[in-house]
Amino acid sequence: MGAILTGIFEPGFFTSEPVRVAVIVGGAVSLVSAVVGVFTVIRGQSFAGHSLGDLGTTGGSGAFLVGANPLWGFVTFAILGAGAMELFGARRPRGRDMATGIVLGAGLGIAALFLYLGTTHSNTTGATITILFGSMFVIRSSMIPVFALLSVLALAVVALLYRPLLLSAVSQDIASARGVPVRLIGALYLLAMAVAVSLSCVTIGAILSTAVLIGPAAAALRLTKRPGLAIAWAAVIGLAVTWLGILLAYDSYYWPPAGRGWPVSFFVVALILVVYLLADLANGQKARRAGARAIASDKGPGVVAGRAWPSSPGEPGAE
Amino acid sequence: MTDTFRPGVRDEEILSLEGVSLWLSGREILHDVGFSLRAGELTGLIGSNGAGKTTIFRVILGLETPSAGKVLFAGHPRPRRNRSVGYVPQSIGLDPDVPLRARDLVALGLDGDRFGIPLPSRSRRQLVDEMLEAVDAQGFADARVGKLSGGELQRTLIAHALIAKPRLLLLDEPLANLDIRSEQEVVGLLAKIAKAHAIAVLISAHEMNPLLPVMDRVVYVASGRAASGPTEEVVREDVLSALYGHHVDVLHVHDRILVVAGKDETHHAELERTHTVVPRGLG
Repeated sequence: MGAILTGIFEPGFFTSEPVRVAVIVGGAVSLVSAVVGVFTVIRGQSFAGHSLGDLGTTGGSGAFLVGANPLWGFVTFAILGAGAMELFGARRPRGRDMATGIVLGAGLGIAALFLYLGTTHSNTTGATITILFGSMFVIRSSMIPVFALLSVLALAVVALLYRPLLLSAVSQDIASARGVPVRLIGALYLLAMAVAVSLSCVTIGAILSTAVLIGPAAAALRLTKRPGLAIAWAAVIGLAVTWLGILLAYDSYYWPPAGRGWPVSFFVVALILVVYLLADLANGQKARRAGARAIASDKGPGVVAGRAWPSSPGEPGAE
Repeated sequence: MTDTFRPGVRDEEILSLEGVSLWLSGREILHDVGFSLRAGELTGLIGSNGAGKTTIFRVILGLETPSAGKVLFAGHPRPRRNRSVGYVPQSIGLDPDVPLRARDLVALGLDGDRFGIPLPSRSRRQLVDEMLEAVDAQGFADARVGKLSGGELQRTLIAHALIAKPRLLLLDEPLANLDIRSEQEVVGLLAKIAKAHAIAVLISAHEMNPLLPVMDRVVYVASGRAASGPTEEVVREDVLSALYGHHVDVLHVHDRILVVAGKDETHHAELERTHTVVPRGLG
C-alpha cells in the first residue's frame, strides 16, 4: 500500500514549496478559465479567447524584456486587446472574427520582436519557453494574493452576468428586446475572459491557454444539458486535470531513462484531450441508450412530441 | 393556467403606431405607418420579404427609433425596460451546445434580464411547469433546446415570452419552416392565448392563408407602407392597389385568398403569382 502511494506521489511532493504554489495557483487559474470558458464556447468566441492569449504574449514578452513580472504584461495586453476587439465591430460575428484576426496579427508580430530582443539581450532561451508554454513551478508564492484577486474578479463578472449571458446566447434579439444591454454585457464578458486567459498564460502558457479555456467547458457541455451543472463540471474538470498534471510532471522527474522531467503544461493539455474524448464517448453512449429506450417503449421525446406536434421528416433536430 | 396571467380587458387598446416613418442610411424603410392592437385580438402583419415587417417589430420593441411618428403603449410612450412586450424572433440560430433544457429557456423568460445567479424556487418551477403545459410542451420539457424540432422550439419560445405576463406578444414569421400540421397547431394555440388571456397578438407572415381562420385584423405592408383593419376591409383590390400604387388582383379561391401583384419597381414584365405576392420592396 505504502509502496503504491510512494509510486504515485514521488518523494517530496507534499513538502515542495514550488509544488504547493503550483497546486494553489494552477488549480485556481484552471478553475476560473474553465468556468469562464463555458460561455466562451456557447457564445462562439473560442477564436477571440485564443487571440487574447496571443495578445497577452505581447505584454508578457514585453514585461520580460523590461524585467517586470510577466503577469502584469499578460493582463494589461489581454485587456487592451479585448478593448480593441470590442471597438473594431464586435457586434457582427463576422466583423468580430476579422477584427480579432487583425488585432491578433499585429500583437504576435510585436511579441516575436520582444522575445527576440529579450533572448538575444540576456542570452537565454528559457524565457521564450516560459512565456509561450508557461511554468507553474516558477511562480513565486508572493504572487498568490494577486492571482486570487484576479480569479475572484473574473468569477464575479461571470456570476453577475450569468442569466443575461445565457439569454443572449439563445438570441441577442430576444435579450435586447427584454432590455438587456447586450453590447455592455459582451464587453464585460470579454474583460472577464481577458483576465482568465492572462492568468492561464502564466500557468499553462500563452499558446496553451486556449486548451484550458475551451477544453473543460467543451467536455462539460457534452456531459450535461443544464447550465449550472455545465459550469460545475467544467470547474471540476479544470481543477482535476491541472492537479493531476502537476502530479505527473513532478513524478516525471523520477521516470527513466534520464529523469529530466516533462513540462506540466503538456500533461494538463493531454489530460484535457483525454477527458474530452471520454465525455464525447459518454455522450454518444447516452444518446444511443435513450434512442434504444425510445424504440423499446415507444415513448421517446421525439415520439411523444410527434404525436401532439409532428415535425416534418427533413426538419433539423427532429431526431 | 389562466390565473398566471393578469386579467386583461378585452378590446382595450394595447399598442398604437401613429404616422411612423423610419429612415435608415438615406432610405425610407417605413412611411406613415399607423395601426393599433387591442387586447384579445390576433392581428396578422402581412407582406412579402423586405416589405418592412421585421422593421415594424424592431420599432415596437424599441430597437429602432422612428424618424417621425409615435409608438404608444396603452397611450403612453415606451418605458425603458418594457416587460409588457413578449417577442419571438423568426430564427434564433441556436448553438446546439447551449446547456439549456426547454424548461430552462422558459425560466429565462421570467428573469433572464436580471443579474446574478437565480436561487432555486418552488414558485418559479411551478410557474414554468404551468407555462410548459399551456403550450403543450411537457413532452420535451427536459430536452436540450438545440435538439428541439422547429415546432417544439417555437412553442418553447412562446412559453418563454408568455411567462413574463406580457400585454402584447410579437411573433416574427412563426409559421416559417413549420409543416402544415404544426402550422395549424401554432395558429390555434396563439388564437387561444389571445382570447383566454386578453393579450394582443401580432403575427408577421408572408403568407396570410394559414392565419385567415383566426385573424381578427390585418396590417398589410408593402414597400414600407401599411393598410390596416378587419381582413375583409383591407384585402380588397381597391385598398391593396392604392397601397401598392398599381393594380393588384385579389382572388378568392374556395376559402383561400390570392393576392397577385406585378413587379412595379423593377419593371419586369413577369408576374409573381403566389398567394400574397407583392413586389420586392425595400431590403
